[in-house]
Amino acid sequence: MTEVILEMKDITKTFPGVKALDGVNMKVKRGEIHALVGENGAGKSTLMKVLSGVYPHDTYSGEIIFNGERCEFKDIKHSEERGIVIIHQELALIPYLSIAENIFLSNERQRRGIINWHETTMEARKLMERVGLDESPDTLVMNIGVGKQQLVEIAKALAKKVELLILDEPTAALNEDDSKNLLDLLVELKKQGITSILISHKLNEVMAIADSITVLRDGRTIETMDVRQDQVTEDRIIKGMVGRDMTHRYPERKANIGEVLFEVRGWNVYHPLHAGRKIIHDVHFHIRRGEIVGIAGLMGAGRTELAMSLFGRSYGRQISGTILKNGREIDVPDVSAAIRHGIAYVTEDRKNYGLILIDDIKRNTTLANLQKISRYGITQEYREVQEAEMFRAKMQIKTPSVHQKTGNLSGGNQQKVVLSKWIFAEPEVLILDEPTRGIDVGAKYEIYTIIQQLANDGKGILVISSELPEILGICDRIYAMCEGRITGEISREDADQEKLMKMMTGTGGGKLGNTG
Amino acid sequence: MIIALIFIMLLFQLLSDGILMQPLNITNLILQNSYILVLAIGMVLVIITGHIDLSVGSIAAVIGAIAAILMVHMQVPVWLTLIICLLIGALIGAWQGFWIAYVGIPAFIVTLAGMLLFRGLTMVILEGQSIASLPQSFLNISSGFVPDLFGDSGGLHLTTILVGVLLSLLLIWSEWRQRAVQKKYGVETVHISLFIVKVALLVAVLNAFMFILASYAGIPNLLIILVLLIAAYSFITNRTVIGRHIYATGGNVKAAALSGIKTKRVTFMVFVNMGVLSALAGIIFASRLSAATPKAGNLFELDAIAACFIGGASATGGVGTVIGAIVGGLVMGVMNNGMSLIGISVDWQQAIKGLVLLFAVAFDFYIKNRSN
Repeated sequence: MTEVILEMKDITKTFPGVKALDGVNMKVKRGEIHALVGENGAGKSTLMKVLSGVYPHDTYSGEIIFNGERCEFKDIKHSEERGIVIIHQELALIPYLSIAENIFLSNERQRRGIINWHETTMEARKLMERVGLDESPDTLVMNIGVGKQQLVEIAKALAKKVELLILDEPTAALNEDDSKNLLDLLVELKKQGITSILISHKLNEVMAIADSITVLRDGRTIETMDVRQDQVTEDRIIKGMVGRDMTHRYPERKANIGEVLFEVRGWNVYHPLHAGRKIIHDVHFHIRRGEIVGIAGLMGAGRTELAMSLFGRSYGRQISGTILKNGREIDVPDVSAAIRHGIAYVTEDRKNYGLILIDDIKRNTTLANLQKISRYGITQEYREVQEAEMFRAKMQIKTPSVHQKTGNLSGGNQQKVVLSKWIFAEPEVLILDEPTRGIDVGAKYEIYTIIQQLANDGKGILVISSELPEILGICDRIYAMCEGRITGEISREDADQEKLMKMMTGTGGGKLGNTG
Repeated sequence: MIIALIFIMLLFQLLSDGILMQPLNITNLILQNSYILVLAIGMVLVIITGHIDLSVGSIAAVIGAIAAILMVHMQVPVWLTLIICLLIGALIGAWQGFWIAYVGIPAFIVTLAGMLLFRGLTMVILEGQSIASLPQSFLNISSGFVPDLFGDSGGLHLTTILVGVLLSLLLIWSEWRQRAVQKKYGVETVHISLFIVKVALLVAVLNAFMFILASYAGIPNLLIILVLLIAAYSFITNRTVIGRHIYATGGNVKAAALSGIKTKRVTFMVFVNMGVLSALAGIIFASRLSAATPKAGNLFELDAIAACFIGGASATGGVGTVIGAIVGGLVMGVMNNGMSLIGISVDWQQAIKGLVLLFAVAFDFYIKNRSN
């Protein structure tokens, strides 16, 4: 058994006009957890698509040597037969099928085309036990949370007798608990002899479980570090990813905070479908002019539900409570009323809720405030182009033109377009839900700068984030939410990750749900 | 797709020994396809918002029946009948729009139900028979022409030529103005020589068309109705906030809703609009047939839907244009007409139409995906 299970030699792949991979070299040792890090666009996903056969062997140059044999994969099935299985960031599960059916999708327990359901269920149970998935195999995938869905994907990989497991941003959509679960599982699988390649933006996780780390930048390998032998720090990794010293991950903050701008009192919301189930319980909070307020919480804490219910009752039923702006009560029965009152909401899922992907940048930018570029209901196309160009420059959106379809932009640039849209709507209060999810370190910094600038312009900003370092890095004051209640309020100076975590899990500390 | 249209026209012009572009034939082409084009204009909006409407043929039929009953049996004046019919069309659209937009039932099912419902009502209203002897002013909608102000001047309809000249001037002025506005905002404009060539070509085609019409009977009333509708709807979809809302609702309804667009209302209004245009198509058809029959409007919806997709609309919504739908409708209309001229039997025509729809859309798909 060779020590090196996988060697990728001099891999080069070009797309029209872009060299995505430029002579990339990577060696993965058998039975290790190898992390692959790099900014968005560095080439990580492309490299893994080359490895897994999504890009067939005649579309790239270079060699793949797996288990000592040269491999020329025609498609995914080909690589899976050798034991290489990739789990994409967007899970490839069928929501309307059961866990068992999904585990054996395209790998069914069948003879001559007829499925053996007993065998399917039995084998599914065994695999589910191996990954620690505590559900019935008949449960539909759409009825379980993202964390468990991720486990189904891993069970699916195990069913294919995987030797090399590739995971693309596996914890991106998971809360702290599920993330820890998953990482523990990877360590467990390592003990069972399965090698893993982990693509991740979460450097703390990478440092926690990886044995080796390969850093890519602009399609080239920058370095491969051995965690045990080399001096590996997050800063060193970031430097490799970004190519410059990023000692400041968060811009320096000079807060200029004014009077109370936005206040919510006694906010209660019920579940839209399950009658009688209360989701938000008696929430009070306020935001001052020029202030950046954070809401920390685990997944399921109800932060997005709170934000969406405030934003024109876009979520929930039997909503009650008061919203005050500049001290006066306002009525926000629908989204256009919210926009009229100067409230903006930047959704956490930019692709599905934030952008019209088939539309170009300029049309997306003006969508929430079309009156500004039209006269008597007739749109002024050239004015629109001007406004979009202004945002392109101000937000540094990397695109050849504002006529580019937003679906073709990278995650960071897409998020900048969404932010442009809401800034164009001229709000006074901005609610940002996971504003830097799935965005690389460099772009994150740019977005933090934009957020700070908005605050310094006198707006009130509410940031919902699952990344505690981010909340501690940019917010002036932080609320914690747990199970639909505000469980704590703390200023930036007094806060740290442990205190926040205690409040987020409802285990104490901090002032409880008050105004002022 | 415009290139395909030109190609098909030239092809059939050759195959039919030049009969296709004869004044009488071109005039007939317009009249025969008018009601489908009217439906296509409404249908493209429905498709852009991500829905479909299978009931338009049946709505056309029931409105034709109601019009006949009003005019022939109840002696209601024609102008009042037209207003009532368009209003009923709007009500039908509102009925379907309510179920689709506010209750949330898929448009396919609601309009399928509508298709059966209104076809049934047509037969109930007409008691299974046709009503002919419709008033002359009603028939003039489809058979009338703009009178020649210069009187009968030896075979050539001078008013039509004059209209052609006036429209040419309007066209040149509007293109020039657009170029000036582009320059003002610093948008790149094509080289002046290319500009002149483009405008010259457009003016030439416009006047050639007018000349052909003038050589027969001039401008049909229906052409005026069509041109007005095309101009109005093109303007609305391309240049207004409402148009933007429609495309946004179709492109991503969730993002549109969260951007402040009242997506339910947009969907509702699109179906009300479809109801009105279906009523108009029903009026035009009854006028052409000089009768209201229980079988009117049969398969109209499929022709309208095919026109939209040949014209580039997308089944997933958010994509499509009024001009595209018209071009698509003309492609099918010219094919029908051309095939009849060269003597292909009606049965084969249907089969060929099916294949054309498939390959036209597949070709469009291929072109779009290649450029990605």
